[in-house]
Amino acid sequence: MAKITLENLAHSYLPNPKSEDDFALKELNHDWVDGEAYALLGSSGCGKSTLLNIISGLLQPSKGRILFNDRDVTMAPTTERNIAQVFQFPVVYDTMTVRDNLAFPLRNRGADPSYIKERVQQIAAMIGMEATLDRKARGLTADSKQKISLGRGMVREDVNALLFDEPLTVIDPHMKWELRTQLKSLHHEFGHTMIYVTHDQTEALTFADKVVVMFDGRVVQMGTPQQLFETPEHTFVGYFIGSPGMNLLDAKVDGDTAVIAGTQISLGKGFGTPSGKTELGIRPEFTSLQFGDEGLPVTIKRVEDVGRHKIVRADFQGTEINIIAAEGESISPDMNRVVFDTAGINVYSDSWRVAPLVA
Amino acid sequence: MSLVLEGVSKVVNGQAHIYPTDLTLQSGTMNVLLGPTSSGKTSLMRLMAGLDVPNTGKIIWDGKDVTGMRVQDRRIAMVYQQFINYPSMTVYENIASPMRLLKQSAAQIDAAVKKAADLMKLGPFLDRKPLELSGGQQQRCALARALVKDAGLVLLDEPLANLDYKLREELRAEIPRIFEEAGSIFVYATTEPEEALLLGGNTAAMWEGKITQFDKTPTVYRQPVNAITARVFSDPPMNFLNIRKSGDSLLFGDGQTAAASGTFAGLGDGKYMAGFRPNHLELQRHDPNALEFTGKLNVTEITGSETFIHLDHDGENWVGLVHGVKNLEIGASLNVYLDPKHVYIFSEDGTSVAPASYAIAA
Repeated sequence: MAKITLENLAHSYLPNPKSEDDFALKELNHDWVDGEAYALLGSSGCGKSTLLNIISGLLQPSKGRILFNDRDVTMAPTTERNIAQVFQFPVVYDTMTVRDNLAFPLRNRGADPSYIKERVQQIAAMIGMEATLDRKARGLTADSKQKISLGRGMVREDVNALLFDEPLTVIDPHMKWELRTQLKSLHHEFGHTMIYVTHDQTEALTFADKVVVMFDGRVVQMGTPQQLFETPEHTFVGYFIGSPGMNLLDAKVDGDTAVIAGTQISLGKGFGTPSGKTELGIRPEFTSLQFGDEGLPVTIKRVEDVGRHKIVRADFQGTEINIIAAEGESISPDMNRVVFDTAGINVYSDSWRVAPLVA
Repeated sequence: MSLVLEGVSKVVNGQAHIYPTDLTLQSGTMNVLLGPTSSGKTSLMRLMAGLDVPNTGKIIWDGKDVTGMRVQDRRIAMVYQQFINYPSMTVYENIASPMRLLKQSAAQIDAAVKKAADLMKLGPFLDRKPLELSGGQQQRCALARALVKDAGLVLLDEPLANLDYKLREELRAEIPRIFEEAGSIFVYATTEPEEALLLGGNTAAMWEGKITQFDKTPTVYRQPVNAITARVFSDPPMNFLNIRKSGDSLLFGDGQTAAASGTFAGLGDGKYMAGFRPNHLELQRHDPNALEFTGKLNVTEITGSETFIHLDHDGENWVGLVHGVKNLEIGASLNVYLDPKHVYIFSEDGTSVAPASYAIAA
């Protein structure tokens, strides 16, 4: 396993990039700690695949260096990087048995046959394919083939890193749970350095120790799932993480109070006088509906029953505010006020979070 | 208007893709086909559309038998998981194409295209080619084309599956509203329980070529008629355990007993299967009657606001979903609690005997 260092790394697909806008991946410095599980999360076109391809050696960066355990591998081809990769769609040898597919990376490197036998058995147990080991891969479902790909990715214990590029896209929701949990226990057991690219927040948050959120070629936040939830550093993180994402309201902030379209609310903490475009960010989980004259005046537009909770869509002077209510909570259509839990209020200035002043 | 399937079945190479199925869909309704891959969702849609001819049964549209009628001769629109547009035509022409085939007037076409484009937020892109659009916009273009067709039956086969998570979330909220106005019969296939809940309307849970239940979406979710439906309509999956009722007590597989009160009181003596949803498992005892179980913690997954708990209970894998961030020791034993009102009881063959009492009240 290895520590992976990115040094002043940037990439443009244009031959002569002029401005920052020409870079698909903007300058980045980062250490991927040996043995941690990371998720790279962002919408399509945010630069996450570019970054993964640079780490795997499929792409040479226009600027900067990449180091594996402090050794420069910037120009080294994929084969010299000693990494395992799993892609979005299954890559299996149809004419080989499941066993031979799993054994392939080990045989290729001349591993001892008795070790191969034992290791393949272990991996097969993990992906739940012990019973099909001697079947040909041809004719298996897409699910099963992808499980083989995952198993083959994990069969070698001596790799520098394991890279996953949207590995569960073709997998059914129920099977996703199983596979993700297995990946997670595997990481717990073996401590591989893992980088997992996805656009699915649930996958990213549940899989990783640290989630790297990318937006427009830039890393906007790297943090634990809890940090991304409680203190999104950028409004994009607030929007992208959470279903629905964070509510954003234009506000005038002065010290520990904010004025939103004429209504004053208390923030519970001091924020000074932030400059630029000032907004409050409140996740739907930190809002509640009530009757009376406290809080922001709203009109309920819709209540969506999502099973384990309800999502209430309310209108506040043309802006939608989403509220999450518990499964058993009754929502009356004439509830007319929304209030915020001050612990869940974040302040943003030109899209970046303003840290509260410590009293 | 209505679409009625009467004993419709489909067999391919000796394998039953759809077992004899009865189903009635009314106009102006959203009908979700919910089930895992290969449960028969697409096969059933193809039969509804007339793309495939059923081996048995009849398809009745607006009181008229249309079994075997070609899809071209029926007013049907379909949207697939892959974004299908005409690459050489502009977005405008793509949306207009079904109306041109129907030889409608230029003014009619223009009005309808602009209205559909507005609904789908494609107004600024009408002069572009589909491949110059993002995936979400390409799929919106396909949806707009389905809309202008003014079809009586609109079939959407996992239309959002290839889109980014956030786009999916946005379109999922828009689709029911857009289609509500149109008044057609909508059929929407998905593998995701949450998508079905968000779309609302009615849901047909599907499993291995059969509809296991068809009713209002929240009813199917809260009062599943059998364990298969409960399993299909739960993500993460529903947890199950074997129980035995004997006199005034309930006996659990792990040797634990509890008083058979509430829903359980009326059960006859014998073996049952109990089921409960992950979000109803708790780490604290809130209700004095709560059942207590001990398991071994395999994995926790933290989403930021919630924690998934993967537990080995007496050889069964259980999943719990609790509020807040919990840092628990992996491999340690863990006590969990379950309020009896959240427990569904199924007979050994999986038929619902008693839905959870909270669900009846809801």
